[in-house]
Amino acid sequence: MTATEPETTVEITVDGVAVEARPGEMLIAACERSGTYIPRFCYHPRMSPVGMCRMCLVEVDTGRGFALQPSCMVPVSEGMKVSTESEVTKKAQDGVLEFLLINHPLDCPVCDKGGECPLQDQTMAYGPGETRFVEEKRHFAKPIAISETVYLDRERCILCDRCTRFADEVAGDALIHFMGRGNHTEVNTFPDEPFASYFSGNTVQICPVGALTAAPYRFKARPWDLTETLSTAWVDSVGARVAVQASRNRVLRVLGADADAVNWGWLTDKERFAFEALNSAERLSAPMLRDASGGGVSEWREAGWGEALDRIAGAVGAVPPERVAVLGGARLNNEAQYMWAKLAKGVIGTDNVDAQLGDGLDPAVVLGLPRATIDDACRPGGTVVLIGPDPKEELGTLYLRLRHGIVNDGVKLVEVTPGATGLSHLAQHSLHPRPGTTAALVNALVAAAAGDGFETGSTGVDRSELEAAAQCLSDADDGVTVVLGRASLAEGAEVVEAAAMELSALPSARFLPALRRGNVIGALQAGLAPELLPGRVGLDGIDGEGPLAGAWPRLPAAAGLDAAGVLRAAARGDIDVLVLVGADPLNDFIDRDLAYRGLRGASLVVAVDLFMNDSSSLAADIVLPAAGPTECDGTFTNLEGRVSPMSRKVTPPGTSRPDWMIAADLAERLEPGSAEGLDSPESIREELARVSEVHASLTEEALNQNPVEGVLLAHPGATGEAGGWRRSGRPTMGRSPVGRTEPATGPAGREDLPEAPPEGAFLLVATRTMYDDGTMLRHCPSSHGLAPAASACINPADLDSSGLDEGAAVRIVSDFGHIEATLTADAGVPSGSLKVHWLAPGSPANALIAAGTDITVVEVEAR
Amino acid sequence: MTLSPANEALAAEIISWFPRPRSALIPLLHLAQEQDGYLTDEAMRRVGELVGATPAEVKGTAGFYEMFRFEPVGTYMINVCTNISCLLWGGEELLHHAAESLGVEVGGTTDDGKFTVEEAECIAACTEAPCLQVNYRYRGRITPDDFDRLVEDLRADRLDIPRHGALSRVRQSIPAERLAGVVPPEQAREAPVWLARNNVEVAG
Repeated sequence: MTATEPETTVEITVDGVAVEARPGEMLIAACERSGTYIPRFCYHPRMSPVGMCRMCLVEVDTGRGFALQPSCMVPVSEGMKVSTESEVTKKAQDGVLEFLLINHPLDCPVCDKGGECPLQDQTMAYGPGETRFVEEKRHFAKPIAISETVYLDRERCILCDRCTRFADEVAGDALIHFMGRGNHTEVNTFPDEPFASYFSGNTVQICPVGALTAAPYRFKARPWDLTETLSTAWVDSVGARVAVQASRNRVLRVLGADADAVNWGWLTDKERFAFEALNSAERLSAPMLRDASGGGVSEWREAGWGEALDRIAGAVGAVPPERVAVLGGARLNNEAQYMWAKLAKGVIGTDNVDAQLGDGLDPAVVLGLPRATIDDACRPGGTVVLIGPDPKEELGTLYLRLRHGIVNDGVKLVEVTPGATGLSHLAQHSLHPRPGTTAALVNALVAAAAGDGFETGSTGVDRSELEAAAQCLSDADDGVTVVLGRASLAEGAEVVEAAAMELSALPSARFLPALRRGNVIGALQAGLAPELLPGRVGLDGIDGEGPLAGAWPRLPAAAGLDAAGVLRAAARGDIDVLVLVGADPLNDFIDRDLAYRGLRGASLVVAVDLFMNDSSSLAADIVLPAAGPTECDGTFTNLEGRVSPMSRKVTPPGTSRPDWMIAADLAERLEPGSAEGLDSPESIREELARVSEVHASLTEEALNQNPVEGVLLAHPGATGEAGGWRRSGRPTMGRSPVGRTEPATGPAGREDLPEAPPEGAFLLVATRTMYDDGTMLRHCPSSHGLAPAASACINPADLDSSGLDEGAAVRIVSDFGHIEATLTADAGVPSGSLKVHWLAPGSPANALIAAGTDITVVEVEAR
Repeated sequence: MTLSPANEALAAEIISWFPRPRSALIPLLHLAQEQDGYLTDEAMRRVGELVGATPAEVKGTAGFYEMFRFEPVGTYMINVCTNISCLLWGGEELLHHAAESLGVEVGGTTDDGKFTVEEAECIAACTEAPCLQVNYRYRGRITPDDFDRLVEDLRADRLDIPRHGALSRVRQSIPAERLAGVVPPEQAREAPVWLARNNVEVAG
């Protein structure tokens, strides 16, 4: 952004001191950067200026003498003189505050904002000491709920337009607005149309008075009782920076921190309020055991850590390494991930490790393709191809950045998704290929962009639409950014991977992985995937010499299994010890039946988690309580490969331990000395930086130097050089990390696909929603009831021909299972597809899907 | 009530007059108010759908204008001015007489739904004080007796005053062959007539 701008400056004089400002910068920002704070209410650096509150009036002279001007609306100009402390300025500020306070109730002692209130603070600093107003103030019903979590007290509102501007400009959900006029103006929603935005919590954070408050924090604490630490949000892989605030060993509030490269201070409500789950009374607080007895299992009993760990170590030590498997780990911080990778691969010696549960992508694709940052994707005038999930539903803060880029900076979006997304109305081109044909469509798209002949085949996409989108790609002269992930969990990962390979043929295409799981990129870089070792090194890339050799007692003897392979082996009885590290295969794995059989087939199932979940309730024999993200120190790697600290603010409940400590204890039991010296996150990070080339730049010094932005790890693509991970028996990286020298998935390669689903049947599309029935959200009071009910969404035309009514209770049946849902018309779903929400309450979509299939055909029956 | 089929057709035509659908918001709100006498929630929702605005934006915009009403009002809306000139000539008394004779509070509507009486700020007819408006049609130099006669006439439908909400009884429509087509300002190649007259050129 700044690289293309000419390096010129504008010289202005602020209170007699010469200051260099940037051309086009607003006066208030230039003054602030040079150390002169001008009071303000409505001005917010991340939103357009409106000049509503008049608090930032200062005397400005641009050659015609000093006059009062709102400094948030006046761009700097050469030779401008500013007086922020003159008598006239002071009188103006005093007057503005007196007017603002006319209708503002003096209920500061019972107001949540008291103590951190800009109105309170600025009245103290700039305002009148006494009021002259003796009349009756205006009154409104005290707080009204404008959404499930946000309360509005209109008496306190000073009409600064921050919340309404945020809703309209930033979130794109203009569900709150000024109503009425003049003295009767108030912020409100339309009747019966609540402020149901995924981003509503941000309005509470930016409200300069106590007019907007969030349910989880109302009357919980005083700001001066809170202590805070800078950390990273953990609910998705964007890694938004947050300030975690706690009082008396309890996290009470999470606020967005402004990281310019990441979240710009914004958070989704899930990131903001997910901490409530960590305070839940349902948290595991002690190791739990249950024994098999006479065909059934005994009741759970609490046990000491020693007993539980001895039992696990005993069981693991008694079987060959390939009969042990570890699933999950994306929830963990980098240090814990490395310790678990070391425990599994370096100490136990098994390669049956997978942090993704069939819902991700081949690590070779994720780690091997040239990487883009969020800033790359949002660079002005850039072109973004979305082959992945709806960012609004899965990666909310990324959605806000992309939306800003599209709306304000001319970013062009080409969507290749199985249906409409939250960005469709802003997209330049929306292509909705039939499930299973994404790669074929991308093949045609790339061919068309290169000016070659192409076939749209059975993709269901119109030729001219495709040509227009291809034109957009070939016009992108500085390369495209591909946001890559799993749009539909019912479409096989191979299809998306093949599509990614097709796109990598575009000149200077770079990829931003859009995998949702919190620290999934960290997990892959730490080696929590089969055939992978820390630092994007393949199992075969190690020759017994490298840095790992000194740090790890051994390496896996043979390549292991991914999540589907592990569960299949477990179902066959080939896995004796199955460790679930923050994993719930019954709900998270794409094939519910296989997850069930796998969990039942393993002789010992160990779960390391914050809560009991459906899988551990079903099958675990030993459950170990882990510390949550606000309860242990560590670092987080976001989807760009940016590492930022996650910090401990409170102590974990009961005897819960950080995940790294659990892995270290087990490693010591299995191989004394293997975890020697690894007694803190810092020491583990130090070993990780030593053994992994990728993490070499991850020093304490680098982390301390960039406390907000974090450290962007080196990645192929950033330097223009391809190549990252060598994998056995396959070509080394180059352009073909999945091992195909030729794209094998042109329309010709997919002739087995049905032209259209059989009469009356649909192709399944399973998409995640912001709120679902996952374990964390179940324990989070503020997201109760927000998960959308199970619905079977089909195109209105299909609904007409189905003979069923909208709202009908139906059963969705595939060859593998069935779920129940309500039939819904959705024009965003192409004809012939049926969309369900992943993890809808009581209606698990993964019951319909079999692992290893590219498409799932379903039928709808009335029930 | 949402828009009637006839008004839907009219709405589509109104939208076609503007480069951007959102520009048609206010004309469509007038249409909706004309249909129901006030703005119903359903009509505002529908207008929002038509112009691509959220219901909150529609209501927020409408709320800025005093003449858009969100509650049912009488067939005849009577606004009595009580500003300075009218006050001096008995506007206050006229307002009280109006309320009393119709049996409502100021701001209220009669039980038969015929009349709403409101106090108005200056309606710019000071020479005719005390004055009032019936559905925004002026009546000047009104005495309480005049007012009673006015109400009687209105009840008997003797006056040519359309019901509240109707702004104009003449529909304007541009024949298709004379329709110049709508050009967004940034794509305009020629200056509009009123600019061309002043020899202003369009940039680009």
